[in-house]
Amino acid sequence: MQKSLFKEFSKGIIKENPVLCLVLGTCPTLAVTTQASNAIGMGVAATVVLICSNAAISLLRKVIPDKVRIPAYITIIAGFVTMVQMLVKAFAPAIDESLGIYLPLIVVNCIILGRAEMFASKNSVIPSMVDGLGMGVGFTAAMLLMGSIRELLGSGTFFGLPVTSGFMDPILIFILPPGGFFVFGMLVALSSKLSGKQKTAEDISCAKCPMNKTCSKVNGEEGECNG
Amino acid sequence: MENMLTVSSSPHLSSGATTRKIMLDVIIALVPASVAAVIFFGWKSLMLIAVCIASCTALEYICRKVMKRKNTVGDLSAVVTGLLLALNLPSGLNPLIAVFGCVVAIVVVKQMFGGIGNNFVNPAITARIVLLVSFPVQMTTWEKPFEWLKTADSVTGATPLALMSQGTSTGYMDLFLGNTGGCIGETCALALLLGGIYLVARKVISPIIPLCFIGTVFVLSFLLGGDPLFHILSGGVMLGAIFMATDYTTSPMNPAGKVIFGIGCAVITVLIRFYANLPEGVSFSIILMNILVPHIENLTRTKPFGKEKKNEKA
Repeated sequence: MQKSLFKEFSKGIIKENPVLCLVLGTCPTLAVTTQASNAIGMGVAATVVLICSNAAISLLRKVIPDKVRIPAYITIIAGFVTMVQMLVKAFAPAIDESLGIYLPLIVVNCIILGRAEMFASKNSVIPSMVDGLGMGVGFTAAMLLMGSIRELLGSGTFFGLPVTSGFMDPILIFILPPGGFFVFGMLVALSSKLSGKQKTAEDISCAKCPMNKTCSKVNGEEGECNG
Repeated sequence: MENMLTVSSSPHLSSGATTRKIMLDVIIALVPASVAAVIFFGWKSLMLIAVCIASCTALEYICRKVMKRKNTVGDLSAVVTGLLLALNLPSGLNPLIAVFGCVVAIVVVKQMFGGIGNNFVNPAITARIVLLVSFPVQMTTWEKPFEWLKTADSVTGATPLALMSQGTSTGYMDLFLGNTGGCIGETCALALLLGGIYLVARKVISPIIPLCFIGTVFVLSFLLGGDPLFHILSGGVMLGAIFMATDYTTSPMNPAGKVIFGIGCAVITVLIRFYANLPEGVSFSIILMNILVPHIENLTRTKPFGKEKKNEKA
């Protein structure tokens, strides 16, 4: 039991890292990682919501009817996000200001809904909470990595402290959206290189494409690939 | 590319054109502009050119080695990219910033997409835009021409386009010969035109894109109430139209596509110059049209003779 719980925790950090491997929660990742401190604030807030919502959904999984499960999950998640937002506003107004709209938008963060759907709705309370913690830590770690790279190169600081001011001019593009996409792509490439699961030609063929049921190219009509 | 690989019945005629020969022609065509750059902006521009060519070639070599692919340094395309990038930089730029631009051009834009022939945008233009966004102050600090002969310190001045927005005009002769502030390779229209005529005479480029680009800038700026001659001689229009917009990989293959491409570049350039808060828009116009090239190719694809009309789905 101990071993499997640890496995639920650790899979979210490397093997199934929500940002770098599952490519979930990309919007907040790109938007708030202009500073390393933002990444921590966002990561902690999302982790708290993730643990609480996973626990609540896991407890209610036999009560919630299957047909309306998504609205039910969203309502539960929204409740926790509202609480977290009020707490952040009260105790860390600076973080609230720098995260802006992305704090209430945790409601629609697909990591949280994704874990509710994929894990908490099928498992008991303790593993669900551990899964939420692992995913949250993985999310925070990926954002911290991205935020550090972007802040260091784009503003020449690290957690607000000047680092490179003496010998290097900041490369502004790294704190702008194109730089965010660039760093994100590089990190995804690096993580898939390190975990050694590069896609083979078969993986990217039309047969394995998730769109192949509706894609016009596969069905023999003229047209381009939809997926 | 597929059409070029079709094997037809003999006799075959070999044109003898190789990538290396074409690139060598482009380098020869850029010599007048490079000489003009050194004359106007001094040894600093010579150093920029040398740094860019050397680092582009070295980066190309390293990339191919690391990726374990056949080395393509010998085709001289990296030299052309380095030279074009250098000509698109202001003379006072820190060489380390130029090296960063070379990394963007060769590593990110060219080699990560598969090397020569596979880049979807022009590497030199993209590097220039990345530098412009990353270092807005350094990339728009223009040194005045010939100041390097008079003083040890550099004296900065504005480009003709920036001067125009303040209400000062620059003489046509100064614009034509390049006696103005600006990127080191873009100021001398005469040298760029010489290079362009050489390329067209050697059949390296077709004159359609440059003519459409420059012609449309002329007509549009006249229609919008600007000075048409000033607009084609100032800024990067000549350099962009002759050398950057005619890059084989990132421009359409058919004459009809080339017309659309050239006009599109010109329209975006003029719109940015007249209505946006940037003085110059040539590099942005070329990169935006580069992205549209696959769609232009689809629209202007040559149709085989005798194909039934109803099968012609766009």
